[in-house]
Amino acid sequence: MSKNITIALAGNPNSGKTTLFNALTGARHHVGNWAGVTVEKKEGRFKHKDTEIIGVDLPGTYSLSPYSLEEKIARNYIVEESPDVVVNIVDASNIERNLYLSVQLIELGKPVVIALNMMDVAKSRGYKIDVNKLSKLLGVPIVPIVASKKQGISELLDEVVKVSSNKSLAKGNPVDYGKKLENKITENIESLKSNPKASKYDLRWVALRVIEEDEEIMELLNKNHTSSASDEIAIASEALEISLEDDFECLIADRRYNHITSIISKSVKKPAVQGLTASDKADKILTNRWLGLPIFALIMMGVFYFTFDLVGNVFLDKIDVFFGETLSGWATDALTSMNAAAWLQSLIVDGIIGGVGGVLVFLPNIICLFLAISLLEDSGYMARVAFIMDRLMRKIGLSGKAFIPMILGFGCNAPAIMGTRTLEDENDRLAAILINPFMSCSARLPVYTLFAAAFFPGKEKFVVFSLYLLGVVVAIIVGLIFKKTLFKSDGMPFVMELPPYRIPTLKGTLITVWERAKGFLIKAGTLIFGASMVLWFILGFNFTGPADLTESIGASIGRVFAPLFAPLGFGNWQAALSLITGILAKEVVVSNMSIIYGLGEEAAAGAFAQTLAGTFNQLTAYAFMAFVLLYTPCVGVIGAIKRETNSWKWTIFSVVYQFAVAWIVAMLIYQIGSLIGL
Amino acid sequence: MIRTLKDLAPGASGKVMMVKGKGAIKRRFMDMGVIKGTEINVEKVAPLGDPIEVKIKGYSLTLRKEDAQNIVIE
Repeated sequence: MSKNITIALAGNPNSGKTTLFNALTGARHHVGNWAGVTVEKKEGRFKHKDTEIIGVDLPGTYSLSPYSLEEKIARNYIVEESPDVVVNIVDASNIERNLYLSVQLIELGKPVVIALNMMDVAKSRGYKIDVNKLSKLLGVPIVPIVASKKQGISELLDEVVKVSSNKSLAKGNPVDYGKKLENKITENIESLKSNPKASKYDLRWVALRVIEEDEEIMELLNKNHTSSASDEIAIASEALEISLEDDFECLIADRRYNHITSIISKSVKKPAVQGLTASDKADKILTNRWLGLPIFALIMMGVFYFTFDLVGNVFLDKIDVFFGETLSGWATDALTSMNAAAWLQSLIVDGIIGGVGGVLVFLPNIICLFLAISLLEDSGYMARVAFIMDRLMRKIGLSGKAFIPMILGFGCNAPAIMGTRTLEDENDRLAAILINPFMSCSARLPVYTLFAAAFFPGKEKFVVFSLYLLGVVVAIIVGLIFKKTLFKSDGMPFVMELPPYRIPTLKGTLITVWERAKGFLIKAGTLIFGASMVLWFILGFNFTGPADLTESIGASIGRVFAPLFAPLGFGNWQAALSLITGILAKEVVVSNMSIIYGLGEEAAAGAFAQTLAGTFNQLTAYAFMAFVLLYTPCVGVIGAIKRETNSWKWTIFSVVYQFAVAWIVAMLIYQIGSLIGL
Repeated sequence: MIRTLKDLAPGASGKVMMVKGKGAIKRRFMDMGVIKGTEINVEKVAPLGDPIEVKIKGYSLTLRKEDAQNIVIE
């Protein structure tokens, strides 16, 4: 006899939810987004004995009051989709606060099984938990586990399967809300009984939400409810409020905590003196008033060294050689031996292999960057970075959590934009995504290096550094403007848990890195694949057929757009065309200029300067570099913006506004520079 | 003179008497266990002078001084 059940995994952030999910499903889960929003949805199938189980990972939340997107998703999933069992993971070493969510989950009226995680940590800290008593007091089964060591998983699943066929085993004990509120609840339940819309849910839960004046529930009841029962309820609850000191929400929260405190006092023995844990000791140094910033700077430098020097670039060269020489060589030979037409050969070798390869060379960097981010996140250090940098970030109206993606942008904007997922406030997140491309990524460096060497010999370092700085300054200014206009928000308050430091698990890290790298490969790969073919076509053809570069559609396009760049000092078709193609990948600007000017792929700085001397001088070269720094991001980043904002509107907006910002800044540089006679 | 969490120096502790304010911030505090009667202990101030780190219900929480002003201490 086999059966199928669906379980939902709910729990606080940092309670080990991801670890448990990975332990249950391994890498056999798929990651998507919840319908209509960009919050990650993970789902996986696995088998326990003869039961097929579908596990759905709900977003990590501290509560179920539907004020944040994550909480809404978690609540609506449980209420509307009715999973067979809700598995609530609770951090045993932080049990008091974790149970706040448990109590709310139990209130939803669905069967709950608690997985009491990190029993080892709790034990080592001197907590003595009477699991049986705790289970009796809460009214739901509790299974102690250590998710990171896969202990207790099988017992947990036994319990889950048992509960799925006998739901009365996990009904849960209700919170006693005190006489006045309980009367009110009973009254509400009575009036709700006649409401067909409410009967779908647990009536006590709905009654409580009505008292809290939960907007979603009120709307639901009003809409399908012709009698005035809900109005009556609203009026009555208002009347009751006057007789109470606090508002209802507060009162309800208060009672829930009382309920928890009383349960804890009967079932958990806390250590008499709570000594400093190893994590506390580490934190004394890592976020020390004086050492905190230098240590943070060192760690960031370490991440960059690791990503771009130590590992990344070694592979980068190898992959470049692989695509540029080995694979192109094979393909050319193979196609020649098959007598393939020249155009087909060119499409495959120059267009597809060249284009896709040009982006894939960054894969090792991206994997290294993801690896570093994942380690920093899982160890708990990322939360400390937000703690350390919040003051600075607040100056541009963002939270400390937005700092990491900004730094990562110096490496590559695409993963950096994915890194904004840690921001809770949707407006903050959009602002952080939209200003991220101003952080000068490593692909823009070849452009600066070549132009600086050609036009500013001896002053290259200064010029390049000034461009990085310009990017940061523009990001700050634009960020300020955004926060004052488009993304006005009272902002989520910066109230954040600093989880204990933990040693990341190898499996967890590998799964995270793989998930993210796969996303980059698939999405960026498909986009770039298409774009490469288009580029190949417009550079090799005109409307009558194959054509020289100067007569190609690309050149014509360049000529159309060249006047646009005249006020910026570089209104020639070559510059215009290379900028357009640079949208594919920023470093392409340099290689294309070399090709367009007939210098071959690898032009020396001296030859480059000589050739470009006719159309560029120091001032226009600088304006050009500034434009390359700021203008429309490459397709990889556009793809990341589309994916992370889940909106074509914001994606198109980012493309257009960045072009405008770049145009204005480069124009100012050129015009003011010309005025003062540079 | 009302004392708030902001006035507590690192190392000092107190009991939450009241959480002022409305909306998101108050709810957030409730969710994180900052409610009437809870013991709260100031651990440290961030290197740049803000935010602060506190211990409450056995875990570490960080919040800005501006928001800490809403938490009245006995």
